[in-house]
Amino acid sequence: MVDAAPLIEFREVAKIYGKGEAEVRALDGASFKIETGEFVAIMGPSGSGKSTAMNLIGCLDSPTSGEYLFHGVPVASLDREQRALLRRNYLGFVFQGYNLLARASALENVELPLIYKGVGRAERKQRALDALSKVGLKGREHHTPSELSGGQQQRVAIARALIGNPDVILADEPTGNLDTKMSREIMDLLCGLNDNEGMTIIMVTHEEDMAEYAHRLIWMVDGKVERDGKPTGGGGKR
Amino acid sequence: MIWETIRLAVQAIFRNTMRSVLTVLGIVIGVAAVIAMVTVGEGSSSQVTADVEKLGTNILMVMPGGMDQGPGTQSVAKAFKLKDVEAIIDQIGSVDTAAPYAQTSMTAIFGPESTTTQVVGTDNRYLDAVDWPLVMGRQFLSTEETSGRAVCIIGETVRQKLFGNTNPVGETIRLSSLTCEVVGLLEAKGASSFGTDQDDVIGLPIKTFQRRISGNSDVAMMFVSVQDGKSTDRAKTDIEALMRERRRISEGEDDDFTVMDMKQIAAMLSGITNVLTGLLSAVAAVSLLVGGIGIMNIMLVSVTERTREIGIRLAVGAQSGQVLMQFLVEAIVLSVIGGLIGIVLGLMLAIFASNLMAIPFAPNPAVVGGAFLFSAVVGVIFGYFPARRAARLDPIEALRHQ
Ligand SMILES: Nc1ncnc2c1ncn2[C@@H]1O[C@H](COP(=O)(O)OP(=O)(O)O)[C@@H](O)[C@H]1O
Ligand SMILES: [Mg+2]
Repeated sequence: MVDAAPLIEFREVAKIYGKGEAEVRALDGASFKIETGEFVAIMGPSGSGKSTAMNLIGCLDSPTSGEYLFHGVPVASLDREQRALLRRNYLGFVFQGYNLLARASALENVELPLIYKGVGRAERKQRALDALSKVGLKGREHHTPSELSGGQQQRVAIARALIGNPDVILADEPTGNLDTKMSREIMDLLCGLNDNEGMTIIMVTHEEDMAEYAHRLIWMVDGKVERDGKPTGGGGKR
Repeated sequence: MIWETIRLAVQAIFRNTMRSVLTVLGIVIGVAAVIAMVTVGEGSSSQVTADVEKLGTNILMVMPGGMDQGPGTQSVAKAFKLKDVEAIIDQIGSVDTAAPYAQTSMTAIFGPESTTTQVVGTDNRYLDAVDWPLVMGRQFLSTEETSGRAVCIIGETVRQKLFGNTNPVGETIRLSSLTCEVVGLLEAKGASSFGTDQDDVIGLPIKTFQRRISGNSDVAMMFVSVQDGKSTDRAKTDIEALMRERRRISEGEDDDFTVMDMKQIAAMLSGITNVLTGLLSAVAAVSLLVGGIGIMNIMLVSVTERTREIGIRLAVGAQSGQVLMQFLVEAIVLSVIGGLIGIVLGLMLAIFASNLMAIPFAPNPAVVGGAFLFSAVVGVIFGYFPARRAARLDPIEALRHQ
């Protein structure tokens, strides 16, 4: 990995679904760079390609054209298994719908990435307990998702994203299903991670309020980056 | 890592107990059926051998009908006569004794009670040859045997049915038009290896049987006992030569009768049980196969049902191989658990059936081990396809599922 390279770089990335008449240009030549330690909010109208961009950054999907460099490495050159390793070691996901294993406890959900890293059972448990207490869920370790509130479930998801010590946390509308109070708690948690641990955070949101927590706002329209700079209020929530 | 995978598989299996139970049901039934069939089959086969050997290894049976026609084919070969029995005793030195044997099924009546039973025409020499003692009364008198008097000796089952626990000796029973006096009661022998009740029998002097029941002078079969220390093979050849002569079979013609020793009979009978066991086991094995397809079916459903789970695992960095292993190990663990339950169930069934049929319980470690291995192999084969499907899912498609 080339250290001088930005953490994430999109060069004219396009993602096209369908063919001919039915063609949808979800991303249409988007370019941006994100450095380590940034807290970036991505906003834009519905259907403007925000989620598509996140999925590409997360190596869950591949672009139709253009180049995506992670630490300077072209992701297109990696095969399926190498991309899995990249997700395992460098990326943490937080989804709008939490995406927790329904039948597993909070603890088991948080442990999951470490299982694939080959971390031993005792260490895994310890680290998962630590991560859960960091997100304020001490005492809820053995609850299953259905026994937790939406805000608590999202905190389990954040603990799971954190536990592998990723380079970046990708959060696609993490507060989309939460009420204002719970949203604030989640945002405070993410800000804390960014401030105290220098964790890079990329977050999609459609709420102006939430974007105010970020340092930088990327505004997307029709699959292109229309504006890239400070949030409207200058990041006043921090 | 493999232990970890197995532990996680067990966890996943117990998280959805109902589905898991339904999944393994086929395997459980298949394995249990195979184990029970084979175990009971081997038990009855060894029982047959033991039974026949109990009759005495020095016993020969002479039946009309050649080997190629099948022994006992009385319709084509002519029957023996009492003179043949006497000839064997008189002319073959190594023979201890010989007895005639003829039988038919009839209803015996005593007062208001009646029972359908085997009526056998023979003489005291048969009881001596097969070593069958009496517990009440006496054997036939020689005058009764020569004059064909209406007397009989009955088995324990007949006694129970007609007389209950009372002493039958001296009572008179009716066999169709024949009224005969009970002179003796045979010791109880129990069921034979085929489950037929050996005590369900009434013995008459052969002459009484011929005159009053069969209406001819035929002897269906002869029991010959060879003297201790003398070769049964030798006696067999001698009897064959004698019978060829008496039945006027010219040189080059096949025998129209068969002399069998107990080893041959044992082999023949256990041959029949083995064929039966084989057939039933084949049916059971097919049910195992169906069980395997059941596993595949439910695993495929499970992959679809758990598409989102697979997506989550892929998102946190699971590689295809790890997802494949997870589902494969799950299928194997499931079918192995099913196999173990099936083995226990099958052995329990076999114990129960063996007790019921009064045969030895003969578990075969090779068959038990084989069934276990087979169930694991079923897991591998039928788990592979669904597991591969899970492993090939596209991460983003899987996450978007439903
Ligand atoms: N799998 C897909 N197949 C076809 N079209 C898709 C698919 N995913 C997204 N799209 C389309 O791509 C465009 C961008 O979608 P998305 O990135 O989800 O938007 P956003 O998250 O900004 O609301 C939309 O028009 C959407 O309908
Ligand atoms: Mg979206």
